[in-house]
Amino acid sequence: MSTNTIVSLPDQSTARIPKDNFFTRENGLLSWLLTGDHKRIAILYLISITFFFFIGGALAGLIRLELLTPQTDLMATDTYNKVFTMHGIIMIFFFLVPSVPATLGNFFIPMMIGAKDLALPKINLLSWYLYMAGGILAVYTMASGGVDTGWTFTTPLSTHYVNTNVLTTGLAVFIAGFSSILTGLNFIVTIHKMRAPGMTWFRMPLFIWAHYAASILMVLATPVVAIAIVLVALERTLGIGVFDPTKGGDPLLFQHLFWFYSHPAVYIMILPGMGVISEVISTFSRKRIFGYTAVAFSSVAIAVFGFFVWAHHMFIMGISNYAVLVFSLLTMLVAVPSAIKIFNWTFTLYKGSITFETPMLYAFGFLGLFTIGGMTGVFLGASGTDIHLTETYFIVAHFHFVMVGGMLMAFLSGIHFWWPKITGRMYPEKISQFAAVVTFIGFNLTFFPQFILGVLGMPRRYASYPPEFQVLNVFSTAGATILGVGYLLPVLYLIWSLKFGAIAGSNPWQATGLEWQTQSPPLTENFAVMPIMDHEAYDYEWLESQQAEKGTEATHAG
Amino acid sequence: MPDNSVTSQGALGAKKHADSADNADILHAEHPPYLRHHFNSTEQQADAASFAMWLFLLTEVMFFGGLFTAYLIYRNWYYPAFVAGSHQLNVVWGATNTVVLIFSSFTMAMGVWCAETRRRKGLVLCLTLTFILGLCFLGIKTIEYREKIEMHHVPGFHYSLQSFLDPASNPEVFKEYHDKPLALDMARHTEIYFSLYFLMTGMHALHMIIGIGILGFMIFRARAGAYTAGHVTFVENFGLYWHFVDIVWIYLFALLYLISRHQ
Repeated sequence: MSTNTIVSLPDQSTARIPKDNFFTRENGLLSWLLTGDHKRIAILYLISITFFFFIGGALAGLIRLELLTPQTDLMATDTYNKVFTMHGIIMIFFFLVPSVPATLGNFFIPMMIGAKDLALPKINLLSWYLYMAGGILAVYTMASGGVDTGWTFTTPLSTHYVNTNVLTTGLAVFIAGFSSILTGLNFIVTIHKMRAPGMTWFRMPLFIWAHYAASILMVLATPVVAIAIVLVALERTLGIGVFDPTKGGDPLLFQHLFWFYSHPAVYIMILPGMGVISEVISTFSRKRIFGYTAVAFSSVAIAVFGFFVWAHHMFIMGISNYAVLVFSLLTMLVAVPSAIKIFNWTFTLYKGSITFETPMLYAFGFLGLFTIGGMTGVFLGASGTDIHLTETYFIVAHFHFVMVGGMLMAFLSGIHFWWPKITGRMYPEKISQFAAVVTFIGFNLTFFPQFILGVLGMPRRYASYPPEFQVLNVFSTAGATILGVGYLLPVLYLIWSLKFGAIAGSNPWQATGLEWQTQSPPLTENFAVMPIMDHEAYDYEWLESQQAEKGTEATHAG
Repeated sequence: MPDNSVTSQGALGAKKHADSADNADILHAEHPPYLRHHFNSTEQQADAASFAMWLFLLTEVMFFGGLFTAYLIYRNWYYPAFVAGSHQLNVVWGATNTVVLIFSSFTMAMGVWCAETRRRKGLVLCLTLTFILGLCFLGIKTIEYREKIEMHHVPGFHYSLQSFLDPASNPEVFKEYHDKPLALDMARHTEIYFSLYFLMTGMHALHMIIGIGILGFMIFRARAGAYTAGHVTFVENFGLYWHFVDIVWIYLFALLYLISRHQ
């Protein structure tokens, strides 16, 4: 057997998609809209998230187009403010926060722990409806004039000075927040109460650990931003004074409440992506994740530390020097568990039998780009450099490296990795490898110049800039175009694969997770019988012995 | 067939199936209609539901936590304004409401007990009492809010500083506390106090209204015997919610009404 791929597909001439699966069990639009099946809800989420991603992406395209030239020529400055605000709001609240958890997490958490469904299926469906209500409200807001406060709703700008749709946008985010709370709550209950026999905490795939940590953040942090938004709305409508300096209120209080959520939200976004990376790296290097326990606990550590670093967003906002000192140190602490993950993934690769299927290419992209994003985060955590770099394009580049370079790469990695399980069909390998490379190149071309622009002092959130910055901005816009192609390609070939992809069989990657030990697409109840977990996670010897056993069975039968 | 895993599980499944056929009657007894398909046992289902409820209450703690944080900070900054503001509240009404709520928690707890011991009439009675007590609370709250509106103590809405610049203008409060007039700057900060007062009690009242709505629904269901046939999770979880709302009030009563009575 050739060693450059691990893909093992069934004989295509005889293989069929199993007749009974969660797609075919029930038919009709209502069977989807009223479903309690976590897999169907995941698909609903996947479609809606992709929709919002492309709206956010189109806005990003407009931003880059405006920044092609130093003058404000494409749109008025006010319009530009609205465009980058809506880009941020849609991408953060309607794409990044629910991206991996609501789609892949929803689909695979029950399957990985051997359960038939999430603990609260109706709550799960409710969370999708809340998400859609929030999303549609946000899009409606955009169509009816938009909002221009920046995605941070900064007071007193948002409460007293702007005359745009702060209230409806705030309501949209508030509703989407509840959707996120319900998802996190459902995951925690499911992971605690629904595990199959033998599935102990330290036999769970790291994907589950990552989601558990992210869920804790969703449940504990999101209510705080909810109340902060309520306060902004009341301040704006009734003038209650809590954030109004003329009445003795303090705009900094809003910053504290907002970032108490919005910093942990960064980990809500990235942790599930890290979970994906653990699964992919293990599968495509045929090794148990090096330092499983350390990686598991580093997820929890990121969640815990994540609660104590929020004020690093406020270093130049007038908090005391001692607070800056403390939060600077605490920020450095987050680098430790993140580094544990990166090092352990790298050690997993060491002496592994690595193959380069698409999910692995995206995972490699993640490793490099997230490392750069994380390290530049340390620059920004150190208050000295932060004062120079904050509110410049350095910040923009930093969080796009983490969010787009990290999270989006992980999301695409996961979508490709589990596509055969979700749909029962393989995506086309060659073109998807090409798309992964295009994405990587486009990404670097877009965002690396922005680091340099930031160090040179180009401020963020302006539609115009001094002419000497133009060369780098042209690079960035050109990169964004390539990146756009990189994102469009998967949509096209994944849809193509729904009909024409090769039949995947139950375990095309020879992976060890429980989700791979059942048919693809899975049954509505996931498993024909309740699985019993009798081995560690990522135990490839167990998988081989299973297959050897089946081989002998087959010979005997033959 | 390439899909070996399914076949091997199929063999296992056949064995299980045989077992279940033997014990069909017992299994049927163990699978009451309210057991949802994805749970293995009623214990697991009840456990999951109550765990979810506790987590939900945790999010509620964080939600109110933002307001308590704001209260803590502003009380430290504007202490005299908070003392003067607090003196304007009616402790008698506040205390009455506290008693009403604690009593409603008692009737709710009795309701849960009735559901668990399958006493339908007792459950309906307890839920109805809780419902009425909840309405009493809101009624008293309305009286208090009306007083505040009459005194022009509603922030951002004809707010008047008179009670703080000239405490003697309100003889009822003045004879009890003998507050000194506040300087104009500090007097203005009383508006922050009343913002927090209305936000916190308003948020609490909103939770009461939602709770009373659910109680109304539950009374109907309880009359039909829905909670006295062994499946009491809903009543238990609502009980948790009701007690939580009650506990929030205890803190609000202490922090808004009582804390500044003696200096």
